[in-house]
Amino acid sequence: MAHDLLPPTDMPKSKRVRRQPRAVSPSRSPEKSETGARHAVTLKVNGHTRDLELDVRTSLLDALREHLHLTGTKKGCDHGQCGACTVLLNGRRIDSCLTLAVMHDGDEVVTIEGIGSPDALHPLQSVFIEHDGFQCGYCTPGQICSAIAMLEEAKAGMPSHVTADVASAKIELTEAELRERMSGNVCRCCAYPNIIDAIREVGGGSL
Amino acid sequence: MREFAYERPTDAAGAIAAGAVPGAKFICGGTNLLDLMKLEIEHPDRLVDISRLPLREIEETDDGGLRIGAHVDNASLAIDQRVRSRYPLVSQAVVSGASAQLRNKASTGGNLLQRTRCMYFYDPSSPCNKRTPGAGCSAMGGFNRFQAILGASDACIATHPSDMAVALVALDAHVQLLGPNGAEREIALRDFYPPVNETPHIETVIQPGELITHVRLPSPPPGRHHYRKVRDRASYEFALVSVAAIVSLNGETIASARIAFGGVAHRPWRSTEAEEQLVGKPATVQTFQTAADAALTSAKGRGYNDFKIPLLKRTLITTLIGLTNGERQ
Repeated sequence: MAHDLLPPTDMPKSKRVRRQPRAVSPSRSPEKSETGARHAVTLKVNGHTRDLELDVRTSLLDALREHLHLTGTKKGCDHGQCGACTVLLNGRRIDSCLTLAVMHDGDEVVTIEGIGSPDALHPLQSVFIEHDGFQCGYCTPGQICSAIAMLEEAKAGMPSHVTADVASAKIELTEAELRERMSGNVCRCCAYPNIIDAIREVGGGSL
Repeated sequence: MREFAYERPTDAAGAIAAGAVPGAKFICGGTNLLDLMKLEIEHPDRLVDISRLPLREIEETDDGGLRIGAHVDNASLAIDQRVRSRYPLVSQAVVSGASAQLRNKASTGGNLLQRTRCMYFYDPSSPCNKRTPGAGCSAMGGFNRFQAILGASDACIATHPSDMAVALVALDAHVQLLGPNGAEREIALRDFYPPVNETPHIETVIQPGELITHVRLPSPPPGRHHYRKVRDRASYEFALVSVAAIVSLNGETIASARIAFGGVAHRPWRSTEAEEQLVGKPATVQTFQTAADAALTSAKGRGYNDFKIPLLKRTLITTLIGLTNGERQ
């Protein structure tokens, strides 16, 4: 595929994907807060630096929805079982309901708002529309964020439960592979066949 | 969620000092702890965030094994080329559990420490000896289809939910701990989870303030690996039963065998009984049947979970046939 599947951002790619932990910035206040205290957190969301003061109990999902008003990311089960809250954290898909915002000071988050816009759809958004990969649409932001990261994982050689040989470097994204790799995103309307068709159009086959 | 204090120490010594305070808990991936904190089943006074400590490397050891940093996330473990080629059992087990989103977060150490998914443990209105010692076990007379058939007591029949740990116990993994005053110790994973007896709330041998720093895998045993998981859904579900097996052959004879089970006990269950019945015997279905019977001799069904006994036997036999291309009889 010619498309760049990772979302556009105003930061260079080298800074977007960071897997190694980094030292706590000495310029910040001590990373400690007492019971009931609010805590300063800086997140880079869709390329923008956002400073927040949060109750330490605030999930990353609630920070995005309730404090930054980015309501594209949905709250489904709030227990890591449905995938509606999937966002990209430092380039990797996670359930934003099962992590605390305060743990992600300095981290980069991409939500569906950073993936595309109505007049500049991401390729996966276009194919979801083309293949009718939804009914109510509630799970769709999570499905799309998840699929973007899933295709990157497969390119990197990540095995899945249905991969016959986990040591194989080449992943063939068959229907069975896509279903397994997307199983963390539940669709109450059962649009799965169309979701799979949509993703296959962008990233099916050998990567 | 109840209120708590939060801190993020910058080194292991600081983390251990903070974690040793009564009421404190470490958090790394948080995928199980936060789930339980939302339900107020876990309610630490203080969360000690260890997720940025430098424990995310996988290193070679002198004996040809690997030393896995405790904070290596599940996905990074499963994709590591050394793990995939030398310990495919580990990759297979890891990718059979949870979802990709959770595997990107959940840590190696946290996976070992995750709590049971017993529905009565998760339901604050049901008595549970893990939540409140002495309260009683609701699963004993309840809907115990998912509960343990091996190693349980009348005080608790909860299972350990990990897939990864089943592979690790088959591979003789060791857990490395760092404690207060820099005290290091290493313990075999098979000794990491104490017997249930009357104290199901004591789930590991970890002492207050002790931090899992690494999991050490000895050099891989010879033979083919396979992790077989049986569950109610095809994906994203805990095991009803699972089998981790490594078998090597010398001609038609089984030269070595490692067998472990998941979904059936309070800990990943290494079956030396099955291994003893396999080694030195011909790789036949008869041998596998004998091993399966030996493995389940002490098994006890509690009603709804009686089916797990024949299911586990059949899963073990099928796994062994697949690994040895054993003669069908």
